[in-house]
Amino acid sequence: MIQVRDLKKSFGSNRVLDGASFEVQTGEAIVIIGRSGGGKSILLKLLIGLIQPDAGEVWIEGEPISQMNERQLLEVRRKFGMLFQGAALFDSMSVAENVSFGLRREKNLTAGEIAKRVEEALDMVELGGVQAKKPAELSGGMRKRVGLARAIIYRPQIVLYDEPTTGLDPVVADSIDRLLLRVCERLKVTTVVVTHDMRSARRIGQRILMLHEGRIHAAGTPDEIFESSDPVVRHFVDGIAAEKEFAFQT
Amino acid sequence: MNRFIEKWLVDSLRGLGQLALFAGEIARSLVSQRVSGGDLLRQLYFIGVKSQSVVLVTGAFTGMVLCAQTFFQFHKVKMDTATLAVVSVSMCSELGPVLTGLMVAGRVGAAMAAELGTMRVTEQIDALRTLAAHPVDYLVVPRLLATVLALPLLTAESITLGIGAAHVLGTVLLKIDPAYSWTHMLKYTDVTDALMGIIKALIFGALVAVIGCFKGMSCREGAEGVGNATTQAVVFASISILISNFFLTLLLTRLLNL
Repeated sequence: MIQVRDLKKSFGSNRVLDGASFEVQTGEAIVIIGRSGGGKSILLKLLIGLIQPDAGEVWIEGEPISQMNERQLLEVRRKFGMLFQGAALFDSMSVAENVSFGLRREKNLTAGEIAKRVEEALDMVELGGVQAKKPAELSGGMRKRVGLARAIIYRPQIVLYDEPTTGLDPVVADSIDRLLLRVCERLKVTTVVVTHDMRSARRIGQRILMLHEGRIHAAGTPDEIFESSDPVVRHFVDGIAAEKEFAFQT
Repeated sequence: MNRFIEKWLVDSLRGLGQLALFAGEIARSLVSQRVSGGDLLRQLYFIGVKSQSVVLVTGAFTGMVLCAQTFFQFHKVKMDTATLAVVSVSMCSELGPVLTGLMVAGRVGAAMAAELGTMRVTEQIDALRTLAAHPVDYLVVPRLLATVLALPLLTAESITLGIGAAHVLGTVLLKIDPAYSWTHMLKYTDVTDALMGIIKALIFGALVAVIGCFKGMSCREGAEGVGNATTQAVVFASISILISNFFLTLLLTRLLNL
């Protein structure tokens, strides 16, 4: 279970999060939507302790992580897998080395066992036979799949996805969505997805949270969010820019 | 103007504080974590083996130019056979470690800052952290140990080749008597001169690696950030080598009773 309480984070004079609070139940799949630059990715990084909040708390499986130092956080992060927006593959390593990175550091697995687990993880993301390739030789969609294989090979309890379909064409984006759902169902993991792709959000999320002006502005099932009469939610769902933005541009 | 100085002072102190915390984290890692042999060997190959050519060329030509200049002055007072002794002492205690350190700072320090900086801006360092690997354990410590091990060896090579090249130049081209030249060199070069050079090289190696890694890991976003980090790594490492060399000379001269 993930609990976020009154989270605040600023960069200089720019207040990105201003008291965000929510909970994610074990095994639940939630999607956080919101405008670009609205702090969604920052929120995700706060959940896994990559950055520290100015105020507020993050609890992971009953453990407060906000005050932990980096070495204490390393233990907590074993519960997590994370897919980054640009996949963040290690470009000096092959696909197999990328995917097996975490396992190779565990020391208690043989090379054969590691190779088998890599193959399983790559099969799960429908990407067999690319073990020897370097990240530079892969397309955007393939990189995301490798990033996902790297995130789940650990068999984590929680998987975080930062904009999994951004920059992909609709066909590849659709396949990534299906992959995400399959991982969620097969591994029974708690899933947190950050996106502004509403089609993905509707498909993946059991619950959707909308981040607006640093707070969780609305939360509900996909149907509740898509049928909401709240003007901020409506503007986002319908893809209509706020009136003041129109005024500014014209 | 006052505001500018105040900002510069605050930024400088903040940077030093961050560098001290970074050095503290490295020390903690060195004490508590095991370094992967594979990572260390990879870094040793890149830092030690691949720096050979640049360091050897620097050593050889520095030795020869020092020999030529010394000879031109000493010849006026009929002290030709003392030339190699001067070259030897200078190469061992000053020029060998300093020039090797500067060359390695340019090649290796820049590469470290650029590689780690790129990893930072492409979120690869964050990815490392999500995979439960501490960036200092995995990225910094192998580089630091490899540089500290490689630089004294490179320095020793550079000194040897510098003296050798000077000897050949002196005896073949400048017609210095080889027997007297060699005898004087051995007479006036003490083992502590070489020891001073090696100790300096160890410290310069640590400076190059810590500054290169620190600049890379704290670089700002974008290509400009990586470029600035790389430039700063080379500039700060070079200045640190030159300044620390002065103080190390005073300190080590006293400690080694030269």
